[in-house]
Formats: sequence, structure tokens, C-alpha cells
Amino acid sequence: MSNVKSGLLYSKSHEWVQVVGDVATIGISDFAQAELGNVVFVDLPEVGASLHKEKEFGAVESVKAASDLISPVSGQVLEVNAGLVGEPELLNQDPYTHWLLKVKLSNIDELSKLLDAKSYEAFIK
Amino acid sequence: MVNYTKLIFEQSVQGRMGYSLPEAVFPCYSIKQLSSSILRHSSLDLPEVSELDVLRHFTNISNKNHGVETGFYPLGSCTMKYNPKMNEEIASYPAFNQLHPLQSPLQVQGVLKVYDELSRILSEISGLAAYSLNPFAGSQGELTGLMIMKAYHESRGDFKRTKVLVPDSAHGTNPASVAVCGMQVIEIKSTDKGTVDLEDLKNHLSDEIAGMMLTNPNTIGIFEKDICEISKVVHETGGLMYYDGANLNALLGMARPGDMGFDIMHINLHKTFSTPHGGGGPGSGPVGVVEKLVSFLPNPRVKHQDGMYYVEHSKDALGQVSGFFGNFKVWLRAYVYILSLGKEHIKEVGPLATLNANYIKDSIKDDYYLPIEGFCMHECVFDGLIDQSTGVKTLDVAKRLLDFGFHAPTIYFPLLFHQSIMIEPTEVESKQTLDEFIQAMKLVAHEARTNPDVVKNAPHTTPISRIDEVYAAKKMILTYKDYLAECALQK
Amino acid sequence: MHKYFPHTEHDLREMLSFLGIKDIKDLFVDIPEHVRFHGDYDIPTGMTEMQLRHHFQELAKLNRTLTVFSGFGAYDHYEPSVINHLVSRQEFLTSYTPYQPEVAQGTLQYIFEYQSMITALTGLDVSNASMYDGPTAAAEAMFMAEGMTKRKRFLVSTTIFPHVKEVLRTYAHYKGVEIDYIPMKDGHTDIEELKSMLSKEHSAIFVQKTNLFGIIEDHSTLGALAHSMGALLIVYADISTLSILRTPGEDDADIAIGDCQSLGIPLSFGGPYLGYMAVKKAHVRKMPGRICGLSYDKFGKRSFVLTLQAREQHIRREKANSNICSNQSLMALYVTIYLSLMGPHGIRKVNELSYQGAHYLYDQLLKTGKFEVAFDQPFLKEFTIKSLIPSHLIQEALQNNGFFGAYPLEQVNEEFEHLYNFAVTEKRTVEEIDRLVSVLGGLSW
Repeated sequence: MSNVKSGLLYSKSHEWVQVVGDVATIGISDFAQAELGNVVFVDLPEVGASLHKEKEFGAVESVKAASDLISPVSGQVLEVNAGLVGEPELLNQDPYTHWLLKVKLSNIDELSKLLDAKSYEAFIK
Repeated sequence: MVNYTKLIFEQSVQGRMGYSLPEAVFPCYSIKQLSSSILRHSSLDLPEVSELDVLRHFTNISNKNHGVETGFYPLGSCTMKYNPKMNEEIASYPAFNQLHPLQSPLQVQGVLKVYDELSRILSEISGLAAYSLNPFAGSQGELTGLMIMKAYHESRGDFKRTKVLVPDSAHGTNPASVAVCGMQVIEIKSTDKGTVDLEDLKNHLSDEIAGMMLTNPNTIGIFEKDICEISKVVHETGGLMYYDGANLNALLGMARPGDMGFDIMHINLHKTFSTPHGGGGPGSGPVGVVEKLVSFLPNPRVKHQDGMYYVEHSKDALGQVSGFFGNFKVWLRAYVYILSLGKEHIKEVGPLATLNANYIKDSIKDDYYLPIEGFCMHECVFDGLIDQSTGVKTLDVAKRLLDFGFHAPTIYFPLLFHQSIMIEPTEVESKQTLDEFIQAMKLVAHEARTNPDVVKNAPHTTPISRIDEVYAAKKMILTYKDYLAECALQK
Repeated sequence: MHKYFPHTEHDLREMLSFLGIKDIKDLFVDIPEHVRFHGDYDIPTGMTEMQLRHHFQELAKLNRTLTVFSGFGAYDHYEPSVINHLVSRQEFLTSYTPYQPEVAQGTLQYIFEYQSMITALTGLDVSNASMYDGPTAAAEAMFMAEGMTKRKRFLVSTTIFPHVKEVLRTYAHYKGVEIDYIPMKDGHTDIEELKSMLSKEHSAIFVQKTNLFGIIEDHSTLGALAHSMGALLIVYADISTLSILRTPGEDDADIAIGDCQSLGIPLSFGGPYLGYMAVKKAHVRKMPGRICGLSYDKFGKRSFVLTLQAREQHIRREKANSNICSNQSLMALYVTIYLSLMGPHGIRKVNELSYQGAHYLYDQLLKTGKFEVAFDQPFLKEFTIKSLIPSHLIQEALQNNGFFGAYPLEQVNEEFEHLYNFAVTEKRTVEEIDRLVSVLGGLSW
């Protein structure tokens, strides 16, 4: 069973979002890392890049699969978790601690379209 | 020397040589006369070894490979049949080896004759009008076929047809080829029987559809029995039908794609027509078309008139997909194969291959889960072990088979099932070989229940055991230089 | 019965009865009756081995093997005897793509060695396991640049081989890439024109060394130029010559591609050859084709495996950078064996001898007074020379004397009337060159 952390918002493409003020932290869910298997590469945008909701912004790659990262929100990248580039396996170890990006939200209303933990848990069943 | 692990670079000794070249006869000319600014200045790290070093090295590493003459290759969707020695003998004739591709057609009439006759034979076998032998492999044949599809619509001034229907069960190359050809993929669902969902197909038809790609028998080894209806509805909306020849072996002697309404197809000569896989190539992927598409076939083309063969570059052609005439010595081998079977025997290929597949299917279905009942075509698909209580997966079964001297079947394809095992025996395997394989499959199933660890840790007798793929992907040691750098880092 | 089919009547009866059917054709119930094929294909009857030999010996007589004095992308270099013996081993020849590394270390190891040798020659960091041929590798490089830069225009020199240009044009047309052509000056890519043409809409600059005239182009400034506009530099080169010439790596190229036919692969009327592709390490994930990497098995034994497969079509489907799903593996083995035998000195000597022969021929042709300088530019083993002798006279004389040479460039472009391609490799002897010169020098019109 995948661990769905409560208190976070989720997209149907398996990214999680945590919002403080107008800044969102984005990561991938435990379900996503388990489906991928051993992550060997993470491709992330640069600080300052614009994200558009439901558009790809990067990719996660394992030995046998590659998955585009789909942005759950729109906004501008404030910070990138550079540690993941050297140690992509951290995503397998704890996908909720090891976030991918921090983003300044350009449209807070978009959050209402995301799933809460309970709905996401039902979605992945 | 199963334990031989050296790299050729590790045997290099300065001053050794493996070549024999003449001494310079024009010492007044020298590369040193060229300006230093256009010359190489970096060192050239190639090994320095003797001729015998080279022979031993490559012989020793070859011994770690499984080949068709080593043992059975039950690889589904790969059609690993025997590669006759006669094909090799003829392909090695100097009169074929030493021809320059730009020689005047008058001096290469023999080669052009092979091109022309093989094209005609392939047209006859597939029920189409003409072939180009230029594409280098099945994947490039697909791309060439899609270019023909696009060129045809554009020639009619119809630029809105940019979407191609592809069943969700298709091999990954199909959608990739569509994208490379600048078109979009529309995925069509499969029924629970594994065939095209006709209703879903009809819902996606429109005047934006360039055509449909289909493998038949499909990637699950099932014949699409609605094929005529599928062709009809796609044609009615103005689309063309593309046949992926990956599974043509099943149809030899039984049916022709052209008669089912297909307009364009490629053939993998390295599957159906016995040319060697060479560890992943060179292949050959001729593309055939119906009459109305002949003018779009790629350049250069071979034509004949009054008993003479000539080379044509046509302005109507889709363009050019190869430097010259494709993999000549591959299509030459296919031609030898066809002539050696002839009309009497080529028609036996499909039935015998299908008989072999069904024999295996019925023999192991008590141990492996058969998701689709009924006769299969030239290959059969299982969805893992029936008894999965000990946690033995398809991967483990495949690896354990290596210990019994069999190559593994195709696994985790088709994607329709989670634990796919796909077996294609081809017509060249005898009942005795099939029985031995069946026995091994049953034994592995038995071990999975009684001694699962031996299966989970397999293989045990191969030159290496299971390899750490995560290390390979993360470290990316892709050259000897990378390896030396990593060794230095570890110290 | 046929020797390729092992089924006896007895086997057939047993297998059919096991399946509970009477006739083998009962297995094909799913094929609708009206699309079934009945009867015989209209193709020849089967031949015995003796008949096959006879048939192909006769057919072979319709080909003429000539002494080769032209190149244009396919070169008559020496093929060491060892190669053919090793590549004919069934363990290499008949094996499948090495997806089961436990029983394919032979293939995987030589691919790793091949990659190491290609990077050594090109001066770049990473090589894939090979591609179909030079021109298609060029097309793959074009798409790779498009994918990396998200730019739809591509800047190509007019001094590349016409067949490479034609394959690029074809692939570009269908994918929706627009190609701009850089004009030439004195047979060389016009660098000044290139500077004025290059824009931020271009994904890459594509040039060739040695170019279609055999000229050794100087690309030393192009890397910086391309990168200043966020574009890539792609260099197409006959790989054998890179043992001598400034490498794509030294030119700061991002991608090197070209043909490896010159490394021990017979001419074979144009195929099979193989295309190579080498790139900077930073671009590895955008590179198409298979890649082999080093790893260890669970007992710590050094071994090899296909890696970074998540880039490829069987996983990425329509999102893959390329639809390629094979390499020219066996041809990569030719190359690996060839380079192992030649080593750094042998490969340089091949080019030195070719250089000498080509320059000797060039000077001798000029001395006949029937040929004149077309371009006063440096060349290696291949050159372009001008003559006013009518083309058909040259071709007739050469054919009558058993030569293939003086390939007329007007066949690929009308603007190149009176220009002829010659190539000399280490296989050509003084006697052959002198005889060629005497045949051409003796022409009058």
C-alpha cells in the first residue's frame, strides 16, 4: 500500500503540493516513486522558469521507465532541490521530504482543482 | 574461458601491431604538409595488440553469447529462425562485396536484378503492387510508410490529415514513428479479447485521420478477425491502412495483407525471411504499397526496361531515406532464402510456425496463466505463473530458463498484461526441441512452488549472474575512459 | 519436407492429435475465408544448394568488380582477413539484441569497446551503439538538436554530400523542420555568410569535414559561434580521417556523426554500413539509439548491460526522441575488430598512405594538361578536379580499362559540370595510379 501523506494536495499525475502563503512546494507521491522503481535521474527546470498547470516541467527516470513531471499549478520557479540531481534515489527513500521545486503561485484558484489526501487515496486504489 | 573478462584496451602493449600495410612509396608527400590548424592534436587512445590477441579476445567474448545455433530462442515477436549458411556463402561472393554504390547501373546489373526480383516476390507474397528495399530496418520501414501516407494526402492538397490511429497494444515503435513523421497518435482501445475495439475505432474516425497502423496477427498473437471491417471503415473516411509486418511469419501461405485492405506495409527481412539478427542489426525493412501509392516510394529506385535495369530518381518520390540502396547484403540473403524454399515450401512457413506455437500453448497452460483462450497464431502469450503464491515473477522464470540452455522468451510485452511471457517458436524447431522446452517450463513452474529461491536467484550457470542495472544507469560508465576515471575515483 | 523444416509426418500427426484437430489449417479459424490465400505464390520453384550456387555465380557475372578511384561517402579501404572470420561466428552473427545480459556479454562487451573507440576518434565523451548509416545518423542528430533547443530551423552547409542533404531534407520535411542552406566560397562553407545567417531560431549548424569536394574544412571557430546563439554544432565526418584531422571534440562540436564504412566494412553496393553518433556527456539523455554501460553482477563480476533505456521508443512511445529500435550491431563489431587490429598507428598510416596516393594522383592528373585545379584547398584522400574532357568519354575510357573513378559531380548537381571526384586509398598501387593517369591522359576530343 502506498503512503498518502495527509495535509497535502495531489494531482492525478501523482505530484503533491504543499502551500504556504503564495508559495507551493511540489514533489512526487509515494505511489509514483513505487511505480517507477529505482529512480536514476531527475530532470528539473531552472530557477525563474515558468510553470503552466497540466504542462510538463521535467522528468523522472528509472531503469525501466521514464515519466514526465506534470505541473499541478502555474507559477514561477523560486527554488530547485539541487540535492536530487546527485542522489535521485532520495525520491525512493522519502518522496515527501525530498521535494522537487518551490514555486510562486500565479493563480491560487487552481488549487481547488487538486485532490485532497483522501480523494487521492481513493484515486490510486 | 567463461571467466574471460578482459577488455581489449587492457591488453594493449605499446609497440604491438595487428595490421599489415605497405611502406610509403611517395615520401615526398606527407600529412605534415597540411596546416597544423586543421590537424588532430589530441592523443588517440586505441589498443595496440597483435593479430592473435584480437582473435582470442573476440573468440572468448563470443563464447558468452547465446546464438540460434547454440539453442532455442523462443522470443515472442522476434521470429528468431535459423539463418541458413547458404545465404552467408552467397552474400560473401566478391562480386557482391566489392561493388561501389555509385558504379554505373550497367556494371551492377546483377545487383539491380536481385533488387527488382525480390521486390516482385515480396509484392506477390504480400498482395501489393511494388516495394522499395531501401529502408534499413523495420522501424525505418514504418517511418518510410508513414511518409508515404503523408505524401499521398498532401499530394491531394489535403493537409489536415495529421492523425494516425494506433491500437494501445501496438509495439512502442508505432507511436514513436508517427511522432517522428510529424503526426499525432490516436490510441485505440483493445477489447478484453486483445483485439481492436471496433466501436472505439469508429468513434475516433474523422477527416483528420491520415490512416491506421495495425499488426496482424496483433502483438498478442491473435488474428484481428474484424480486419475487413476495420479496413472498410478507415478507407471510407479517407484514411490509409498500414500493416506492420512484424508478425508476417504467421501469414505465409495463409493470407496476404494486400487482400485484407492494407495499402502500405513493411517487412522485417531479419524476421520472416531468415536474415541474421547480428546482435541487433543490420536489419532490413522493405516497404510495399498498393498501385496508387507506387509513385511515392523513396529514391533511388530500380526499374527495368527491355531486359536492362536502371536507377531512377523521381521527383514524385517522398524523398530519400538511405544514403544508397539500403542494406544490400541483407536483402540479398533474404532473396537466397526465398529461392531455396521456393513456392512449394514458403507456404508451409505460416502453418508450421502456428502449429508449433499452439503446441507449446496447450502444453504449458496448466502451469502458466493463459489470458486468452482459443487458437493463437505464430506466438502465444501467458500472464505469468498460475501459482504466484511464492512470489516468483515472470522475470525470474525467464532467467531460470537460461540455466536450461534456452534463451528467455519475450517478457513484459505485450503491455496488456502485467506478467507477460510471449513465446514464438517459428517453423524451424522440431517437436523434440519443443518438448524439451515444455519440460523446462514445467520444471521451472514446479521449482517456483517447491524451491522458489532457486528461481528467484537464477541464472546460476551463465557467464554472469543478474546485473546491477541501477548502477549502470546512475554511474553512466559508457567508455573505457569513463571506467578508468571511476577506478581512479575509487582509489 | 525441406531441410529447414524438421517436422516429419509422424510429428505432424502427433501434434495435430494433441491439439484435437485434423488439419493444420484448422488453426486459422480466425482468418475470414474470403481473405485466405489459396494455391501457390507466383514465385520461382525451390532450388537445391547446387542450383543456388550456379544461379548466383551466373548472376554475379552481371556485376563488374572494378579498381575503385572514387569515394563520395564509400571508400575502398583494406579489410584485414581476421574480420571476416570473427564476424561469421554464429555467437555474434545469429544472436539477438542483448536484452538478456547474462547470455549476451559478448555483444555487450564489444559494443562497450566500440563506444570507447568512437569517442576516442571523435574526441567526444559518449557514443551510442551505432545507427543505420551516416545520412540517417545525420537526420537523427538534426532531430536531437530540435528536441534539445525546441527550435524548428536548421542551418546546413551546401558543402555536405548530396545524399546526406537529401536524407536530411526528407526527414525535415515530414517532421516540420525548416532547413536553411549556407552558401559556399571556394568550395568551403562560407563562414562570413554563416555568421550573418545564424539566428536564435536555429537549433544547430551542420557542417561536413572533409566536405563533398574532399576539402578539409576549418571548423575551429564554429563551436563558439553556435553556442553564442544557443545553438549546437554538428559535424559530419568520415571517421577514419579523424585519426589525422582536427576532431569534432577539438572543434567544440556538440554532436559528431558520419559513416564508419571506412573502418573495415566492404563496399557492398552501399550497405550494410553503419552510422556513428558521439555527443558531449551533457547531452547523453537526448541522444537516440542504444547505449551500453558497465556494471557489476551480484557477485561483483564486471559486466555490461544496455542502459539509459528509458529514452527509447519501447518505453517512451510517441514521446521518444527517435523511433530507432536497432543498431547496426554486427557492423559495429567489424569496426571494433578493425580498430583493435589497426591501433593508433595503423589507422594513421592508412590515412597517410591514402593522402600520399591522392596527392600523387592529383599532381599527375594536372601534369597531363587535361585536368585543372578546381579549388586550391587542402584535401586528404579525396579531391575534386576540373576537366573539359566530355564526361561520357572519361567514363567510357575508365570502364573499358576496369576502373571506377572520376565520379562526375554534375550527376548530383548541374552546377558542378566538369568537376570530378577522385579518391585514393592505401589499397591503390603506384602501377594502378599510373595506369589510370595514362588512360585519362591519353584521351583526346
